[in-house]
Amino acid sequence: MEIFLQQLVNGLTLGSIYALVALGYTMVYGILGLINFAHGEIVMIGALSALAVCTALGNTLPAPLVFMIGLCIATCVCMALGWAVERIAYRPLRNAPRLAPLITAIGVSMVLQQVAMLFWGRSYHAVPALLPSSIHDVLGARIGDVQIVIMLAAAIAMIGLIILVKRTRLGRAMRAVAENPQVAALMGVDADRIIALTFVIGSALAALAGVLVSANYGIAHYQMGFLLGLKAFTAAVLGGIGNLGGAMLGGVLLGIIEAMGAGYIGDLTGGFLGSNYQDVFSFLVLIAVLVFRPSGLMGEKISERA
Amino acid sequence: MNKIKPTRSLLTLFAVLRGDALRKNHLGIVLIAAALIVLPFIVGMGIGNAWMRMLDFAVLYVMLALGLNIVVGFAGLLDLGYIAFYAVGAYIYALLASPHLGIAFPALFPGGMHWPLWAILPIGAVVAGIFGMLLGAPTLRLRGDYLAIVTLGFGEIVRIFLNNLNTPVNFTNGPKGISGIDPLVPGLLGSNGLYAAYYIFVVLAIVIIIVTLRLENSRLGRAWVAIREDEIAAKACGINTRNVKLLAFALGASFGGVAGGLFAGFQQFVSPESFGLFESVMVLCMVVLGGMGNVPGVILGAVVLTVLPEVFRRWAEPMQIALFGKTFIDPESLRLLMFGVALIVVMRVRPMGLLPASRRKAELEQHS
Amino acid sequence: MSVLLSASNVAKHFGGIRALKDVSLTINTGEIYGLIGPNGAGKTTFFNVVTGLYQRDGGDITFDGHALHAASPHEVALAGIARTFQNIRLFKEMSALENVMVGLHTQSRSSAIGAILRTAATRKEEAAIKEKSLSLLAYVGIEGKANIRSASLSYGDQRRLEIARALAMAPRLLALDEPAAGMNAIETAGLRTLIEKIRTDGVTVLLIEHDVKLIMGLCDRVAVLDHGEKIAEDVPGLVQRDPRVIEAYLGVAHE
Repeated sequence: MEIFLQQLVNGLTLGSIYALVALGYTMVYGILGLINFAHGEIVMIGALSALAVCTALGNTLPAPLVFMIGLCIATCVCMALGWAVERIAYRPLRNAPRLAPLITAIGVSMVLQQVAMLFWGRSYHAVPALLPSSIHDVLGARIGDVQIVIMLAAAIAMIGLIILVKRTRLGRAMRAVAENPQVAALMGVDADRIIALTFVIGSALAALAGVLVSANYGIAHYQMGFLLGLKAFTAAVLGGIGNLGGAMLGGVLLGIIEAMGAGYIGDLTGGFLGSNYQDVFSFLVLIAVLVFRPSGLMGEKISERA
Repeated sequence: MNKIKPTRSLLTLFAVLRGDALRKNHLGIVLIAAALIVLPFIVGMGIGNAWMRMLDFAVLYVMLALGLNIVVGFAGLLDLGYIAFYAVGAYIYALLASPHLGIAFPALFPGGMHWPLWAILPIGAVVAGIFGMLLGAPTLRLRGDYLAIVTLGFGEIVRIFLNNLNTPVNFTNGPKGISGIDPLVPGLLGSNGLYAAYYIFVVLAIVIIIVTLRLENSRLGRAWVAIREDEIAAKACGINTRNVKLLAFALGASFGGVAGGLFAGFQQFVSPESFGLFESVMVLCMVVLGGMGNVPGVILGAVVLTVLPEVFRRWAEPMQIALFGKTFIDPESLRLLMFGVALIVVMRVRPMGLLPASRRKAELEQHS
Repeated sequence: MSVLLSASNVAKHFGGIRALKDVSLTINTGEIYGLIGPNGAGKTTFFNVVTGLYQRDGGDITFDGHALHAASPHEVALAGIARTFQNIRLFKEMSALENVMVGLHTQSRSSAIGAILRTAATRKEEAAIKEKSLSLLAYVGIEGKANIRSASLSYGDQRRLEIARALAMAPRLLALDEPAAGMNAIETAGLRTLIEKIRTDGVTVLLIEHDVKLIMGLCDRVAVLDHGEKIAEDVPGLVQRDPRVIEAYLGVAHE
């Protein structure tokens, strides 16, 4: 039971980070039908640039303030980056064959990784513990302040996003463009601008996710974005890609599945497989979802039109 | 006197390999064969063993890229986990031609297994082909971008297993990899081994080229391209898209399996590190840059992308030190950076690659 | 006259929208059968159900005496129904000739092994496929354009090429989805001649068309769909005078 609770807490923490990243995938997919392969790298840049800011500030200010400044600057960096990536790599290919933007996205991903490598090198960076770090015991499970902050921050960001999309003019325009870009353009919506904004908003969430994930593990690295991005994409597919609520649900579910899997795989296989197979779970979930319910948990069934 | 047209003679060569023009150009074949035979001596004598290795790798990558080209170029299925099949082939060679099984199961295989190359390669091809189908089966209904992610995940799963299957039973020796693998030709080591590998690779690469070219212009090849161009119309033409796609996965994977076996024997060492996502992406770059679906283009792409990084490795650092007095960017990163930029630029400027498929057709028409 | 295709009570819905409500009709061997109706009446949906692109939610379809169960498109094609598409679906990067050669897929046998070894049988079949494809291009009137990339053909020629590709499957029933869409008067006249020739050569034709003049002049019988229901089925002259049809087209008020 303790293991179960503990893994549930770990899963929820991880899951809320996946959900944040998954939102970025799902927003771009919803509006462009494109998998933004480079999204994971934006998360990585967010984590590393926040780290750079925090290291530069050192002990000059109170720790939580340093954390907030780092987060804000990282968010700005990522928003600018998201905008630039869309502008340089994707916009010119709006009408190209389907594979073209995907291949470009792989290229962007490689470039971002190498540029980060140039700035931060190949080594793992320890992330200073700027958040409160006391640990609470709840029914035998250990919950850290960091984990609580992560879940709260993710929840607030997601509520904010939902309000943005459902209640504001910008959100309406986004939904219109996702529905039909041509018609939206006829109605006076500047589709290009909306698409760029979608990338920018997704990147802001990615920056937050990057900062949170590095706070959770206490480590940042120029290759950290790849696997995280892949899992978040899985979460988006699990929830039903293109669907905001689905991305959140999928993220949390995937986090829990992964944590439970890691917690119990040893017992289940009689010690044959260990928790080092943790990463396999998300891929198995991805394959299973795509085979049995390609539209995801909350997605609508889309049949290909003749 | 006629000017020599290199593209034209190359095209004739491909026509010959396809079997269309056996009687047309004996001289051309003899010349190219002679060039392929002499090439290693020029490279080896003139520039040295390191370049000889590079030449071997170029031919190896030609095979890999042609395998991926069947899946991506012909059938239009973006496979980002292709390197997994290379890994399967490599580990099969490593297990069947090294002392490793003797270490893992001393009772069953005292001294390990030491099968010859010709016995292992077909096994590697078949097993990799089966893996190809296993991967293909659940992904058949997926659209291009989903497929890319799933195959990517598949590639990672294979790598995770290679990394961890050293306990409780030591199949793969984990991250340390398997060493002490028998060379491709028993007793041939050092520079002799490099030359032997070259000729083995070239012969197998030519076999793969012939197979690919003949399949391209066959009922199956047309069905692949039809699926790439319009899957619904292909179904309406009575094509069983499921089987045809599975065949593409299986054949492409089996080429990868062959190349992997050769790689293991050539390096005499395998470890999971050689089979990461980046390797998949690099082979994809070769296919995309050369020209998806066009065999000469893919060959060109494989050769260029093997040679260029090597050139970087040699010149990048001295150049930077000469110009700026220090190294800003190490050759490995420079290589990755260049690949990334190349993918972006090629998609934007020349989405069909350096040698696009349709241009070849247009040229053939003019000459026939 | 024997029945080639009979559909009874075919239904199809998308979510809450009932695109086809119990449509029944029969097509006789050797006739040109027209399917008309206002936009959104369910004509293309019916096509897609018959050709296996959509799975129907109810009803039965028999073709040539055999029931077409929940068949996939390629099985329908093998059964002998070939089709064209409303918005032209050619294999764009392939030449006109290659497009037709793909159409001959079901008519050829050779295996991958045969192709790799270039066996005599494979070579012979390839030659036969090529010859047959060229003759089909000639049949639809674009014989000079065999080596042109299909996407570069003129609009009318693309329609003709799609028909040639469908005919390559040696179908019993050829289903044409708005073949005259976007054609000028001269091209439409040519198309009409071609369809008549196809029928004369023994292929039954099912035709969806907006061009009422073409339908009325060409078809032996016509069915009219409106809001997913069949509201009339008869010879063209009578259908034209049917009050329900006039209402569907002109939107006369109810009651």
